[in-house]
Amino acid sequence: MSDVILSFENIEKSFFGVRVLKEITLGVPRGKVLGLVGENGAGKSTLMNLMGGVHAPDGGQMLLDSKPYAPRTPSDANDAGIAFIHQELNLFTNLSIAENIFIDGFPRMRWLPLLNRRHMRARTQQFLDAVELDVAPDTLVEKLSPGERQLAEIAKALSFDARIIIFDEPTTSLTARETERLFRLIDRLRSDGASIIYISHILPDVLRLADEIAVLRDGELVAHGQTSEFTINRMISLMVGRAIEQLYPERSAAPTATPVLEVQGVSQRGIVEAIDFTLHKGEILGVFGLMGSGRSELARILFGLDDHERGQISVAGKPYARPSARRSIDAGMAFVTENRRDEGLLMDISIAENIGLVALPHYAAASAGAVKEGRYYDQIGGVAESLAIKSGNIRQQAVKTLSGGNQQKTVIGKWLLDKPSVLIVDEPTRGVDVGAKYEIYSILNDLAADGAGILFISSELEELMGVCDRMLVMSNGEIQAVFDRSAFDKERILRAAFRENG
Amino acid sequence: MKNSSNHRLAQLALQNTPVILFVVVFVVFGLLSPRFFALQTFETILKQASYIGIVAIGMTFVILTAGIDLSVGSNMYVSATVAGLVMQDFNAPVWLGLLVCLAVGVIFGGVNAFLITKVKIIPFIATLGTMVAGKGVGLLFSRSIQIPFPDSVLELGSSRLFGLVPLPIVIFVGVAIIAHLVLTMTPIGRQIYAVGNDAEAAKKAGLNVGRVLATVYIVSGLMAALGGFVSVAQQGVVHPGFGEGYEFSAIAATVLGGTSLFGGVGSVLPGTLLGAVLIQMIQTGLIFTKVDIYIQPLITAAIIFAAVLLDAFRNIQLQKLRRRNIRVEKGAPAAANAGD
Repeated sequence: MSDVILSFENIEKSFFGVRVLKEITLGVPRGKVLGLVGENGAGKSTLMNLMGGVHAPDGGQMLLDSKPYAPRTPSDANDAGIAFIHQELNLFTNLSIAENIFIDGFPRMRWLPLLNRRHMRARTQQFLDAVELDVAPDTLVEKLSPGERQLAEIAKALSFDARIIIFDEPTTSLTARETERLFRLIDRLRSDGASIIYISHILPDVLRLADEIAVLRDGELVAHGQTSEFTINRMISLMVGRAIEQLYPERSAAPTATPVLEVQGVSQRGIVEAIDFTLHKGEILGVFGLMGSGRSELARILFGLDDHERGQISVAGKPYARPSARRSIDAGMAFVTENRRDEGLLMDISIAENIGLVALPHYAAASAGAVKEGRYYDQIGGVAESLAIKSGNIRQQAVKTLSGGNQQKTVIGKWLLDKPSVLIVDEPTRGVDVGAKYEIYSILNDLAADGAGILFISSELEELMGVCDRMLVMSNGEIQAVFDRSAFDKERILRAAFRENG
Repeated sequence: MKNSSNHRLAQLALQNTPVILFVVVFVVFGLLSPRFFALQTFETILKQASYIGIVAIGMTFVILTAGIDLSVGSNMYVSATVAGLVMQDFNAPVWLGLLVCLAVGVIFGGVNAFLITKVKIIPFIATLGTMVAGKGVGLLFSRSIQIPFPDSVLELGSSRLFGLVPLPIVIFVGVAIIAHLVLTMTPIGRQIYAVGNDAEAAKKAGLNVGRVLATVYIVSGLMAALGGFVSVAQQGVVHPGFGEGYEFSAIAATVLGGTSLFGGVGSVLPGTLLGAVLIQMIQTGLIFTKVDIYIQPLITAAIIFAAVLLDAFRNIQLQKLRRRNIRVEKGAPAAANAGD
């Protein structure tokens, strides 16, 4: 038996013309823990999804025990002994642990077409013992804590003799005790001969658990070696160490001292804690954080889409008690959501109508509520032109026919018509090509120059460094650090995001 | 949780709504009209509840997958009509009539299953379509004329098992027990619950979701036909309006029995059985207490509405519990899993 249980050979994968994985060649060590680290979007999840049968590679091949391995579905991967413990667990909450484990292959009684519950219970008990989960096999999953659910999912992986178990950010929803228990379990699985791939943003955990570490950056494998060769510093440098290729527009105006959005002590249990900051007129304020740091959740709270228990939000000096999206819009706020397909755009209607949607009430004639079409479409045409949306006829072409970049510009456009004083943008350049990115940065720049305050949320550190005047760094739902443009430093910012600043 | 004992009580009430509703309605009508407590009354209620109950059992299978079957009323009409014609025109014996009836019901359910799993039409629209089309097919056969069932069927419908329990009740309870066993004790039954809980996760777990969905619509078709036959066996004829509005009663009985329209939660025993009896009990009780006949539908509707409201409320509660936590509070266990 070779030391490598599964190997990737020259793996290529692209989504919508963007290369996500570039000639990845990597061996997964047998009977060991491989730590896989990289920035958001470095390609970790894509690589694991290829293994798990969720996607197929465009080029290259995978070898499992030196034999070609090409799973087409997640069950193919399971059959090959590969288990994928996702961040979001795939358990049926209305069924018992035992039923979850046997859901696609229930044992039956000898003479009757009924479930053999006794057999199920006994087998499940073995797996539960193996993961040290001290509950009855008949316990409903909805009664379990997140940590216990994860153990149940691992028990399920054991049930089909998984030889390779992939953990994707397994500790994000666990308490310290549950995390410790998980680590002990991983150690034991390894000593029992399982091969483990451990993906995490929590670098000390990776150092503690892994025998080998692989670092991905921009879809390339930049380092792979024994854990002893790595330190947290080295991992961070490897993860970010690239020359800036993208260009950013010059900031055309300086921020003023007039506050437009003041946030004091905003807290919501389990989501964010004691958020304090002030956004000024003409300022672009960046919010950086890793996945699950609370950055998008904060945006939703500020805009009034989600509740907060404590704290105060003031727009243009005026506090408001019960924020709602409508009230936020009336107060001059605008929100470009992270998920434009689901939340930001009506895909089947025209570009013009999408742009006009938010400001529509302002164009209603006072008497009958009918829309004054002439002025309305003139203004929309003006906005579309200023955004340089590439389309034929904005009044006829449906938004879904546009490219990602132009869709994103349409989302921004619908808020421009209302001339917001506070604009919150969440990942505005995700899935957008480089040229369109530059145009989006320019639009934000122009808006700030016109006097809007912009809260720019992103997981791409470089674009924030290129565009923002100041940057908040979030982790665990708190603001860990604030940096001025003059003090922007990639490593220091990342250290704050990884809570390694102590 | 500010008040955990109150919270737990509310939780318990939410989980046992059907039983609580059943007891409350029973006691209220009993107090208003002492005659209501008579054994005879109860037998009548059960007998009248039997056919809607059987249809509702099939409906329960469908609703457990978060689907809906609006075509059961039309299915009852077509299958009973065809069975009646076979017995009338070809002098077929009763057992053959019943077999034909059930076969038509299964075919009807199979059409729904095909439209939903293969053509990928959402259940509401697919079964709305077959509801209208099915009625049309039935009228084509019957030419809008009443189809009488032979007297032997009527005799069977009013007979008693061991001279004691009316046959419709025996069939109803028997079907309920079998359905309960299927749902709780067989692989397909548990898979129905899994698909209703999370169809996407079911796919990832390697389940054949299409097969599970097809099964529930075919079961619903079979139950509709059987319910229709049991009903006609008590009335003697299939009139052109037969089955109309029964889809509503069947859905109402299912929901009153605690099955969630969001899927994954519910039962036949005691759930749908109680729900079907409850609906009939309300209707009978309203007659007993001489409530204005024009007010009666309003009261029935109000109770059903309350049950659906509770279902929605329960779901909101569950979603709150499932809301993801991203902060790890010191000392306190995080309440939900995270994902970005």
